[in-house]
Amino acid sequence: MTGSSQLPGTDVASSSRDDQGLGSLSESALAPIPERLGQRTPEAGASIVSRLVHAWRRSLQFRVVTTTMMLGMLVLGVVGSYLYQRIGDRLVQSRTDQATAEALSLTELAQARFYSTDKTQNTEAVTVAAQSIIAEIAGTERSRYVVLARLSTNVSSYVINPVVSGEVNDSHIPDELETAVAEDPAVQKVQIVSIPLTGESDLVPCLVVGQQLDLPLARGTGIYYVYPLQRERSSLAVISQIFLSGGFVLVALIGGVAYVVTRLVVTPVRQATMVAERLAAGRLTERMVARGEDDLASLATSFNAMAEGLQRQIRQLEDLSRVQQRFVSDVSHELRTPLTTIRMAGELIHDSRAQFEPAVARSAELLRGELDRFEALLADLLEVSRFDAGAAVLDVEPTDLRRTVAKVVDGCQQLAERKGSRITVRDPGVPCEAAYDPRRVERVLRNLIVNGIEHGEGKPLEIRVAGNDGAVAVVVRDHGVGLRPGETGLVFNRFWRADPARARTTGGTGLGLAIALEDARLHSGWLQAWGAPGEGSSFRLTLPRAPGTHIASSPLPLKPMAESLEDPT
Amino acid sequence: MKGRVLVVDDDLALSEMLSIVLRQEGLDVTHVADGTSAVAAFRDSRPDLVLLDVMLPGMDGMEVCRRIRAESGVPIVMLTARTDTVDVVVGLESGADDYVVKPFKPQELVARIRARLRRGDEPEPERLDIGDLQIDVAGHSVKRDGRALSLTPLEFDLLVALARKPWQVFTREVLLEQVWGYRHAGDTRLVNVHVQRLRSKIEHDPERPQIVVTVRGVGYKAGPA
Repeated sequence: MTGSSQLPGTDVASSSRDDQGLGSLSESALAPIPERLGQRTPEAGASIVSRLVHAWRRSLQFRVVTTTMMLGMLVLGVVGSYLYQRIGDRLVQSRTDQATAEALSLTELAQARFYSTDKTQNTEAVTVAAQSIIAEIAGTERSRYVVLARLSTNVSSYVINPVVSGEVNDSHIPDELETAVAEDPAVQKVQIVSIPLTGESDLVPCLVVGQQLDLPLARGTGIYYVYPLQRERSSLAVISQIFLSGGFVLVALIGGVAYVVTRLVVTPVRQATMVAERLAAGRLTERMVARGEDDLASLATSFNAMAEGLQRQIRQLEDLSRVQQRFVSDVSHELRTPLTTIRMAGELIHDSRAQFEPAVARSAELLRGELDRFEALLADLLEVSRFDAGAAVLDVEPTDLRRTVAKVVDGCQQLAERKGSRITVRDPGVPCEAAYDPRRVERVLRNLIVNGIEHGEGKPLEIRVAGNDGAVAVVVRDHGVGLRPGETGLVFNRFWRADPARARTTGGTGLGLAIALEDARLHSGWLQAWGAPGEGSSFRLTLPRAPGTHIASSPLPLKPMAESLEDPT
Repeated sequence: MKGRVLVVDDDLALSEMLSIVLRQEGLDVTHVADGTSAVAAFRDSRPDLVLLDVMLPGMDGMEVCRRIRAESGVPIVMLTARTDTVDVVVGLESGADDYVVKPFKPQELVARIRARLRRGDEPEPERLDIGDLQIDVAGHSVKRDGRALSLTPLEFDLLVALARKPWQVFTREVLLEQVWGYRHAGDTRLVNVHVQRLRSKIEHDPERPQIVVTVRGVGYKAGPA
């Protein structure tokens, strides 16, 4: 009951306060947040989540703003709850200080009253006295309730019933507090408990200060002062409200700031992306706007420098390519005109060779033959350089591959007869239509068939045509000398000859297959070779139904089925 | 074969060679070396056929071709050193009937010239109706509602070939043989370009042809409007 004994009592208060009083206070304040999060329906939630994930992946700005707001919310939450805790502690502490001081003086007053009462011969008198004293010290403003109750350690035979000043009675006093009060007659004990009070919807946290009172006859009795903490609770509710709304405003502000700041960075980056895309699309004159001297301006400057460099390089290449094309075209024209004259003169001389002596007549024949070769070589060289210069263009029209094959075979029939080869064409009997450049495909096929005839040693030549969903194909198969292992990759090389030591009896320029391969590539098609020594060779041209589309598989096997059991494709 | 040929070529050696070859075939040859004087020479000599080099000093071959075509339907055969699609098509679109790529064999050139000069040998009176057109084969005229349409001899031949067998589909190769006189494979672009030119003269809406109809992937046929 002395001033020094207050400290341990306060300790009890602070240890029990967290468990009951503030726990219930902060719970109600935090309740709205989980409730609001739980309101959405599952489907709407899923679509919003997927949209958010998409935005998170796609937008740097969204990511930065969200992250900043999350971090802001976290920091505000930590700081807010700490402050809230401290304010709560403070409020309860000052109330406790005030309440203990008040309780102490009231207890002293009550004790003095009891001592000065002489009508204490029976318990009824004591009870009556106690009732009047309690009513007196409880006061009239109902800011506190007073309960007088017999301690459990009391062994006196005189028993007085608990005396209360209002709706709070001894059942509301926790046993823990009662025990603590009973143990130590000199010390005030403090605890916070929740008590249902009239006019309140829920339990009201109350500060209970307990102390021993020495009653006449009845002896050891506890006097308890119950102070409802309604005011403190409503103060804390207001404070949490302020914290929450302030927190929301702050987070929104942080988000806004992050948005503005990232915009400053993201806008130039987005602009750079846009400009880069345009550059990639071929609009080489696109540039970024470089303002100021900051990092972004230097990004724009270096970007522009890069674009400048790219543009210069591309222009140079274009110029080179143009010069090359121009050169090829000029050479073509310049060579062709005199060659025409030579050719006509040669023909004229050749036609009248019967009038010459044998040596001159033979020379005229040689001249004509070599002119043919020279002309073919020139034409092929020009074609190759046109491919190299990237000047070759497709002139696509929808055509039935069977018709193209028939046309070329027709043109080669004469040569085949001369060499003693028989050409057979097998087709599926249905149109094999595809969009391709018939002139180029005819050239490829003519090349393959003439090659087949010339290397076929008079054996039959088989041609197969077929089509599937995405492609059409033609296979030219001969039964001549064939190709040695490793040669299938070499046949398409320029000026490649199967056997360098072999006499050049056949008239090819050595560029035919190289040009054929380029023609196939121009169509995004395939041109492949197969061959085995003594078994002949097989060339397959596969063309996509629409030019430029990807070929999944060829409708015809490259290797002859009878000779190879491997995968037909 | 009689006929006058105007050779327009700046290469003197080639021109002389051409003259030798063509004279051997019994043709009269006039020669002009530049584009600027070609049109005047054409008016002077009134040739039956013009042999025109594409690359000419002064005025280029395409322009000469356009100017001659503007005043006459005379057969024009172009001599070109280029086989690029664009060059060939531009040459044909400027009005040439046929073209020969350098270096050519003399027989090839003579065959092309003969094919162009051969026409007009069969003056059997014959009248054809296709769509709302009336064709007088012997009189070389095409009329719509009594109004004559001006076609070059080649366009006329093309139309007659199609109109003689309406509903039969002609492949480009067959047309090349019948109209241009190619015995072996020729350039099917000749057919495409001249069909376009013909349509632009005879169709009400060349974008939606009613008289000369394309049969996709095969060729052309004459269908009534």
